[in-house]
Amino acid sequence: MLSSLTPHLPALQVVIPLIAAPLCTLFVNRHLAWAIAFTASVAAFLVSALLLVSVLDGAVISYQLGGWAPPWGIEYRIDAANAFVLFIVSLIGALVLPYARQSIEREFDASTHTYFYTCYLLSLTGFLGVAATGDAFNVFVFLEISSLSSYALVAFGAKRDRRALTAAYNYLIMGTIGATFFVIGLGFLYMVTGTLNMADLAVRLDDVGDTRVTRVAFVFILVGVGLKLAMFPLHLWLPNAYSYAPPPAAAFLAATATKVALYVLLRFMFTIFQFDHPIQGLTFEYVVMPLAIAAMFAASIAAVFQEDIKRLLAYSSIAQVGYMLLGVALLTETGLTAGIIHLFNHAVTKGALFLAVGCFVYQVGSSRLGDLKGIGKTMPWTTAAFAAGGLSLIGVPLTVGFISKWYLIQASLEAGSLLIAGLIVASSLIAMVYVWRIIEVAYLEPAPEGREAKEAPLSMILPTYALVAASLYFGINSELTSSAASVAANALFSATNLASEGASH
Amino acid sequence: MSPELAITLTVLLPAAATLLLAAFDKQPNLREAVSLLTAGALFIIILGLLQTVLDGAQPTAHWFDVLPGLSLTFEIEPLGMLFGVIASGLWIVTTLYSIGYMRGNKETKQTRFYICFAIAISATMGIAFAANMFTLFIFYEVLTLSTYPLVAHKETDAARKGARTYMGILVTTSIGFQLVAIVWTWVVAGTLDFEQGGILADKIDPTLLPFLLALYAFGIGKAALMPFHRWLPAAMVAPTPVSALLHAVAVVKAGVFTMLKVGVYIFGIDLLATTGAADWLMWLAAFSILAASVVAMTKDNLKARLAYSTISQLSYITLGVALATSLGVMGGAIQIAMHAMGKITLFMCAGAIYVATHKTEISDMDGLGRVMPFTYGAFFIGALSIIGLPPLGGAWTKWYLMLGAADAGQIIMVAVFMVSSLLNIAYLLPVVARGFFMGSTGPVAHSLGAAVAPTKGIQEAPLWCVVPPCLTAIGCLLLFFYVGDIYTLIEPVAFPEGRPQP
Repeated sequence: MLSSLTPHLPALQVVIPLIAAPLCTLFVNRHLAWAIAFTASVAAFLVSALLLVSVLDGAVISYQLGGWAPPWGIEYRIDAANAFVLFIVSLIGALVLPYARQSIEREFDASTHTYFYTCYLLSLTGFLGVAATGDAFNVFVFLEISSLSSYALVAFGAKRDRRALTAAYNYLIMGTIGATFFVIGLGFLYMVTGTLNMADLAVRLDDVGDTRVTRVAFVFILVGVGLKLAMFPLHLWLPNAYSYAPPPAAAFLAATATKVALYVLLRFMFTIFQFDHPIQGLTFEYVVMPLAIAAMFAASIAAVFQEDIKRLLAYSSIAQVGYMLLGVALLTETGLTAGIIHLFNHAVTKGALFLAVGCFVYQVGSSRLGDLKGIGKTMPWTTAAFAAGGLSLIGVPLTVGFISKWYLIQASLEAGSLLIAGLIVASSLIAMVYVWRIIEVAYLEPAPEGREAKEAPLSMILPTYALVAASLYFGINSELTSSAASVAANALFSATNLASEGASH
Repeated sequence: MSPELAITLTVLLPAAATLLLAAFDKQPNLREAVSLLTAGALFIIILGLLQTVLDGAQPTAHWFDVLPGLSLTFEIEPLGMLFGVIASGLWIVTTLYSIGYMRGNKETKQTRFYICFAIAISATMGIAFAANMFTLFIFYEVLTLSTYPLVAHKETDAARKGARTYMGILVTTSIGFQLVAIVWTWVVAGTLDFEQGGILADKIDPTLLPFLLALYAFGIGKAALMPFHRWLPAAMVAPTPVSALLHAVAVVKAGVFTMLKVGVYIFGIDLLATTGAADWLMWLAAFSILAASVVAMTKDNLKARLAYSTISQLSYITLGVALATSLGVMGGAIQIAMHAMGKITLFMCAGAIYVATHKTEISDMDGLGRVMPFTYGAFFIGALSIIGLPPLGGAWTKWYLMLGAADAGQIIMVAVFMVSSLLNIAYLLPVVARGFFMGSTGPVAHSLGAAVAPTKGIQEAPLWCVVPPCLTAIGCLLLFFYVGDIYTLIEPVAFPEGRPQP
């Protein structure tokens, strides 16, 4: 039975949460809905783990949806790069759900729980679909599925704070503009090549060469995806969306949304547009890299001045996206490896941090620094988890953040730039400033009189610690992540990989 | 016990002890017993390893790879062994002293204090026995983080501010410069292992060597090379046992030890000598020595004065490396031992004075020596050792460093050491002189019997605040006669081609 399902894993990855999503609403009982959502997300995680294991040696799985051969039918194509992303997304997806149950039980009316789980699963479906598919238009479809449900997830925060509605609305407008840019770019590509299959696109674009249309398509897609991944200065939707979303949603989105968008960028930039297109190198060198560096500094400095921890973490996310883009923009294999490994590392770290903040919100009712004085004494486990995540954000050894920094610095030194290496460490020192502000308040300020906060419930602590443990384990032994990232980078970097196989179809 | 297991235990034993310390949170006597037993056991293990090293072996212990090709590995070589013996030996003394001080001062949060202390020692062992720069860096950072709660112990505004400076400068330098230097080394040399003769020869453009060395020298913030020395005086807000830990046992010693390791095993003394890459460092270290001594003279707060003295003394070791001669390395290594023993004596005396009288300013301490003769006697001996007078250990430091400077043909540096000794006399001995010869003591606010009328009798601090400094003062004396053992231990490192013929 199971072995007969094995060939269908790429489809199951997306279909399981997709089918489970409406079921959550159909079965009106909120406990049943949670059980369905949780089962589906765990199943999706198992599938992604199986997929990752089978492609780690550099193999490529091509799955033809409905038996229609590419480039006419829709192809799901799993290589190390997207298997890695699938793994991260479904890991976070499965971990946040047990946490979410307790958290939304306190926050929302019982009648809305089922909708939350439906939106959550749809969002998960969208992210997984974006990563799994090998069809460019399919990317757009799934990107919209995930985005629309994310807007809804953010808007759920309105129960606590009405400003969530404007945040969701802003997110919707900006996200839609991004999607529009993206689809216009796709339109140009389709115009000159007549195909939407990624592998096929790569081959045909090579024949078309460097024309004005491909350049325009390139730029449209870059801007469109840049909006989705909060590339500085297209990040304006992010701080509000993450700070007003309900904590489990914020954790899920912060850990996955921008990561998936980054994957899309990598796939288009490195696989579809051949690497040697002159405009691409120039754009990365003179546009993306300066913007990435600007993000590292501007967003980190903005984070230093935030009073609300969720907002602080949101700004930090923008800076971290800068690191990933910087690694990618170096246009070397080490740089790409650094970008991809930071994608994983940051997902784990930021997920843990947002979950920990969620615990604060659950018990104290606020994530403002002023309300969290001396919280280390009353909520020692949560605060310790937050501190560990914070250390990883700074890049202290034995955390994943350090592994990221190491690769990034190595990549920039290999590229011969001591200056960029210096900028990387300088900006991570700003991270130290904003993390330490919180640690000082949490541990060294006296707790105010009359605050009745006790430790968060176990069902919230455990998922938080699962991510903290991951961010420590992969910082101590980065065997799995670094090899997966370097295989993935290799798969993307040797763009011929897809192209040559695509040609055989 | 196999040497490999022993090495692993040196790092894991203090770390494991933290669990017991936490478990005995409510039973201070058991908790202190655990601290002492761990310290004793650690010292015994290290003495066992010392024997192995003296027999000429260099045992290694490989833990696991963190990144492909970059592993947590330990190897015992003479320099690390020396540092390990000093740190673990002084840990015992410091623990004894902590018990007296923390109880005498009725400090709060003692469990946290002992736990952080144990982690710091664990990290120090990791630094001492690291087989590559990567391992060393990791434990270097663990040491910084584990000492932060110690510096911030009192949780007052001043403590928070001091701890922030401490943490800020140490992390800024280590991540901002040292990490870059390490990755740079890794990129050009393809290895980070400590090897006799260095790993950088022919791997890097010699004109870039001074820059790489600068990244290391400033990146090792714990060595307190000017202008990155501010964290040391800032950390003075900590309880005195922490200052002892910082100044003698672990932190600054980890810094200068790293400096020695980098000079000897990453660059290689020959490479530094032939390329002259360390010339600038020599002048900067000389400046640090003199400037910090001058600043020390202006400080009336006893601990602040000692802090600046430490900055000055640490630069001896940096200067020893920068001289790029075998005798310079020998002098630097000996200075690690001598300064540790001398400075811990001085700090414990300062702490004892504080526990007994709650005085921190030197100008308030007139005549105290007659009331606290043992404390002041120990302080006097420690001071003489720092100054470098025979028959105290510190004399050998000056001897070998001056020989090294003469060997390198740097007559000015010989002069620097001489002037520095004079400055040491000028800022250390007045403390003793005021204590014994000046003024009459008014009523002494005694922490144990606060209402005691002015008496001429002896009013020492609690027993366990006084015995440890007396022990280390005797240690200073013994080191003068047993320096030959240190010399024999370090000889293979400093003179890989055999002992020079006079």
